[in-house]
Amino acid sequence: MNKAGLLLKRIVPAVAGAAAAALLLSGCGGASVNQVAAAGGSSEAPCGAVNVAMNAWVGYTANAAVYSYVAKNQLGCTVVQKDLNEQISWQGFASGEVDVVMENWGHNDLVKQYITDQKVAVDAGPTGNEGHIGWYVAPWMADKYPDITDGKNLNKYASMFATSESGGKGQILDGDPAFVTNDEALVKNLNLDYKVVFSGSEAALIQSFRTAEQNKTPLLGYFYEPQWFLSEVPLKKVALPAWSKGCDTDPEKVACDYPVYTLNKVISTKFADSGSPAAKLAKGFKWTNEDQNAVATDIQGGMAPEAAAKKWVDAHQEVVASWLK
Amino acid sequence: MSTLVRDRSSVQPALPGVKEPRRRPSRRTTLLAAAVVVWILGFLVLHGTSTLTLPASELTDLHRSLNQFNAWVAANRADNPVFLYIFTPLRAAVDSVANLFTTTFAASSTGLRLPEIGWLGTVGLLGWIAFAVGNVRVALLTVAIFMFFGLQGLFVEATYTFALVLTAVLLTLLVGIPLGVLAGVSSRVARVITPVLDFMQTLPTFVYLAPLALIFLIGPASAVIATVIYAAPPVIRLTAHGIRAIPANTREASDSLGTTGLQRLLTLQLPMARRTIVMGINQSTMAALSMVTIAALIAAPGLGQVVVRALQSLDVGTAVNAGLSIVLLAIVLDRVTTAASRRAEPGAARNRRFSRKTRYLILGVTLVLALAMVQFSRSVLWAAAFPKDLNIGPGIVQAVSSASQWMQNNLSLFTVSFREAITTGILNPFQSLLTETPFYILVAVIAIAAYALGGWKLAAITTACLGVLIYLGLWSDSMVTLAGTLVATAVVMILGIIFGVAMGRSERVDQILRPVLDAGQTMPAFVYLVPFLGLFGATRFTAIIAGIIYAAPVAIKITADGITAISPTVVEAAISSGSTPWQVITKVQLPMARQSLALAANQGLIYVLAMVVVGALVGAGGLGYDVVAGFVQSAIFGKGLAAGLAIVFLGILLDRMTQAAAAAPLRKIPSSKIRLAKTSAT
Repeated sequence: MNKAGLLLKRIVPAVAGAAAAALLLSGCGGASVNQVAAAGGSSEAPCGAVNVAMNAWVGYTANAAVYSYVAKNQLGCTVVQKDLNEQISWQGFASGEVDVVMENWGHNDLVKQYITDQKVAVDAGPTGNEGHIGWYVAPWMADKYPDITDGKNLNKYASMFATSESGGKGQILDGDPAFVTNDEALVKNLNLDYKVVFSGSEAALIQSFRTAEQNKTPLLGYFYEPQWFLSEVPLKKVALPAWSKGCDTDPEKVACDYPVYTLNKVISTKFADSGSPAAKLAKGFKWTNEDQNAVATDIQGGMAPEAAAKKWVDAHQEVVASWLK
Repeated sequence: MSTLVRDRSSVQPALPGVKEPRRRPSRRTTLLAAAVVVWILGFLVLHGTSTLTLPASELTDLHRSLNQFNAWVAANRADNPVFLYIFTPLRAAVDSVANLFTTTFAASSTGLRLPEIGWLGTVGLLGWIAFAVGNVRVALLTVAIFMFFGLQGLFVEATYTFALVLTAVLLTLLVGIPLGVLAGVSSRVARVITPVLDFMQTLPTFVYLAPLALIFLIGPASAVIATVIYAAPPVIRLTAHGIRAIPANTREASDSLGTTGLQRLLTLQLPMARRTIVMGINQSTMAALSMVTIAALIAAPGLGQVVVRALQSLDVGTAVNAGLSIVLLAIVLDRVTTAASRRAEPGAARNRRFSRKTRYLILGVTLVLALAMVQFSRSVLWAAAFPKDLNIGPGIVQAVSSASQWMQNNLSLFTVSFREAITTGILNPFQSLLTETPFYILVAVIAIAAYALGGWKLAAITTACLGVLIYLGLWSDSMVTLAGTLVATAVVMILGIIFGVAMGRSERVDQILRPVLDAGQTMPAFVYLVPFLGLFGATRFTAIIAGIIYAAPVAIKITADGITAISPTVVEAAISSGSTPWQVITKVQLPMARQSLALAANQGLIYVLAMVVVGALVGAGGLGYDVVAGFVQSAIFGKGLAAGLAIVFLGILLDRMTQAAAAAPLRKIPSSKIRLAKTSAT
C-alpha cells in the first residue's frame, strides 16, 4: 500500500512536469522560431522538403549532391538525404520516405513492380550518363597477359587469382552485395573455376584495385563506369559473351555480359504530381560522364559533397539554368 | 584447459572437457570417440561427395515460393483487410508517436527543420527528467553528454536516435509489462510465452527487417516496430521473474487478509517486483538503442545512418566520431535507468539526504528553470540549433582518420600475415572438414554425440534441426557458418578462461576489467566493425573478430562469477595441502567452475551466432551473407528468409547440445576431481 503510494507520488511531479511542458508548447506555439522560419522560407518558393535517397557509390553521391545543392540554394527547398541501399530505396516511394532516386541502374523487376504495377513511382528521364558494368583487371595484368581480357581465357589464370577467401578457386572481387550483379550466376553458367568474394563496398573495391596496381598483384573484380577512379588507374575490361536482348531475364540462368545501362532518375508519383519545383529540377537534371567524374573526383579528394557541387554549379550556370526551364 | 578448447572445436560444440584421462572410459566417452572416428573416416573416404552445396545465385523451389511473399504483399497492400484494418493503421499510429518525439527533439518537417524544443531546451528538460527519476549525478552526466553531442556536430543525429529509442521503449513497455505481468501470475501463459521469447531472441535482427520493411514500408515506423520486437523480451522476462520471485509466504499473508487478484497485483506484486521491472526497462532500453542503430538500413534517421555511410566509404574517422556518440548515449540511458532502479529499491526512500519536502521544492524550482530553457530555445535561434562554430567533430574525425591511416600503412604487413595465417592454418581446414564431409555422415556424427550427451530425446531434437537445415536447402552455407561460429567460440572460451580466472582470483583485476567489459557489451556491434575493416579488410577473419568482441565479455563475466563462487574453504584446503597456484587453478577452480564454463560456452555460442549476420556486412559468407543479400536483392529475398530460419535452428541445436553437456556429468565430477586434486597435490 505504502509503496504503491510512494510510486504514485513520484509519478505525480513527473506527470505535472510533462503537462506543464505540453501547456507551454501549445500555449506559446505561435512564437516558435521554427514556425517563423517556415513562414520566412515559404515566401521565397513553395518547395518544402525533398527526400533524396543516397545510394552507396561516389557517382551517385555526385548526382545527388548537385541536385541537392541546386534544390536548396536556388529553389529554397529543404533537402533530406537518406542513406539507403538501391533496392530498399524503391520501397520508400510508397510511404513518402523517398521522393527522388538520382541514378538508377536498370532494375527491370523493380520498374515493373513499382512503376508499372503499383504506380507509386515514375521515370524522370535519363541522367545523361551511360552505365557499364563488367569484370575488370588491373592494367599491369593486361600488359603482361594480353589474352586475359578475353573471358574465355579466364580459367587458364584461375590459380593466379586464388586467395585465402576463395577456397582454392580464382577470386572475383565484388562490391556491396546490394549492387546490381549477376556474377555468381555468370561463374556457374560460364563454367568458370572462380568464386565470388564480396569486399562490401565501393571504397573497398577501389582500395583493392589501387593496391593491386601498386604492388603488381593479380586482381579480377567487378567494376563500373562512369567512375572517377578509372582516370587514376585505367582498369581493363574483360570481355564476356556479348549481351543480347533477353539473355539476362532469368537471374539464375544469365550467361552473358551486362547490358549498357541508360542511367535514369526515378521519382515518386506523389512528388511528381505535387508541382514542386524540385520535381521539375529532378526531371530536367542531365549531364555528362565527364561532369559526374569531375564532381566525384573532388568528393573523393576530400571535398565535402556540397562544396564539390557548388564548384561545379558555379562553373556551369547555363547548364543548371537549362534544367530549371 | 587447452583440452577443453580443442575438444570443442574439433569434435563439436558440446564437449567441454569430456575426458577423464587414465580412468576407465565411460560409455559417453566411447560414443564421442566413435563419433569423431566416423567423422574423420567419412571425411577422408567420401571427401567432397553429397555436400549439398547450393551456389549463391541458385534458389530452391522453397526459396522461390518464399519470394512470392514479396509479390503477395505488393498485390494486397491496397485492398486486403489485413492491411486495411491492421497493418496500415498500426503503421500510422506508430508513425505518429515517432513523429511526435522526433519533431519535439530532433527536427520538424517544416521550414528550417528545427525541433519544437531546441538544443538548450532538450538539454534542460532531459537533465531535469534524469534528476527527477535518478539523482544529481546522472542529471549532470545527461547535460554534459548532450552538450558534447553538439560539440561533435552530431546533435540532430543524436536526438533523432534518442527520439526513436524513446518511442520504441515506450511502446515496448506498453506491450511488455502487461505481458510480463500475465506471464508472472499465470504459469500457463509463461509456458506459451517462453519459447516465443527464445525464438525472438535467437532470430537475427536482419531477418525480420526485410519482411517488416515490406509490410510496413521503410521509415521510422518500421524501425520502431522492429526495435520493439527486439527489445521486448528482456522486460517481459524480468517482469515475470520479478513477480514470480515474491516469496510465497508474503503472498499468502496478503491473501489471508482477503485481497482480490487485482488488489494483490497493485498493492503487493507490482510494488515488490518494481526493482526487477526497472532492471528490465534498463535492458530493453539498451537493446532498443542497438537496434535503432541497425535500423538505419531501413531509413531510420540518426546516428546509425552516419555509421552506415562511414562503413560504406571505409571512413574510420567519421565512424568513430558517430560511434562515440552512440556509446555516450548508451552510457546516459544506462546510468539514468540504473539510478531509477536504485531509487525504486524498497527502503531507498529512508536513507536519502533530503526530506521529501525539500526534494519537491528542488524539483519544482529546477523544473521552472528547465521550462524557461525550453521556452528560450523556442524563441531564440542560437538556443534552437546548436551553434555551428562550436564544433570539434571535424577535429576528432581528422585525428582518428590519420591514426587509422598510419596503422594501415605501418601495420598492414603484420595484420595481413596474421589474418592469412589464421585463415589458412585454422579456419580453412576446419571449414572444409565441415563443408566437404557428406551430409549424412555429419548428421550421424552429431546425432551420436547428442545421444551420448543427452540421450534419445536430444538426438531426436538435433536430427530434426539438421533435417530442417537440409529442407531449407542451406546445408552447406550452414556448415560454413557453423565453422566460423565454432572457431570464434573457441577463442571466446580461451579469453573467457584466461580473463575469467584472473578476475575470479583477484578483486583488483575484476575492478579494472568489469567496466571495460560493460562498455564492450553496451557498444552496438556496428561501431567497432569499421576500424577492424580498415585493418583486416572484408574477410571471414574480420567477421570472426566481430563475433569474438561481442561474445567475450559475457563469457568472461560468467567464468569470473563461477570462479568467485567456489567456496574459499576448498581453495584454502588445496593451498594448505601444498598445491601451486597452477594446480589450484587447473585441479580445483576450473573443474569446480565446470558448470559456469559450460554456461559461458553456451552463451558465447549464442552471442557469436547473433553476430553472424552483422559479420556478413564485413565479409563473412554462409548464412549471414544469404540474409544480407536477401535483404538488399529482391530476387533472392526468399533465400534470405530461409537463411534467417536456418540460423535459428542452428542456434537451437547448439544451445541444446551445450546445455546437455553442461548438465549431465555434474553429479559425479566435482567430488572425484577434488579427491584427484588432493591426491596429486600431496
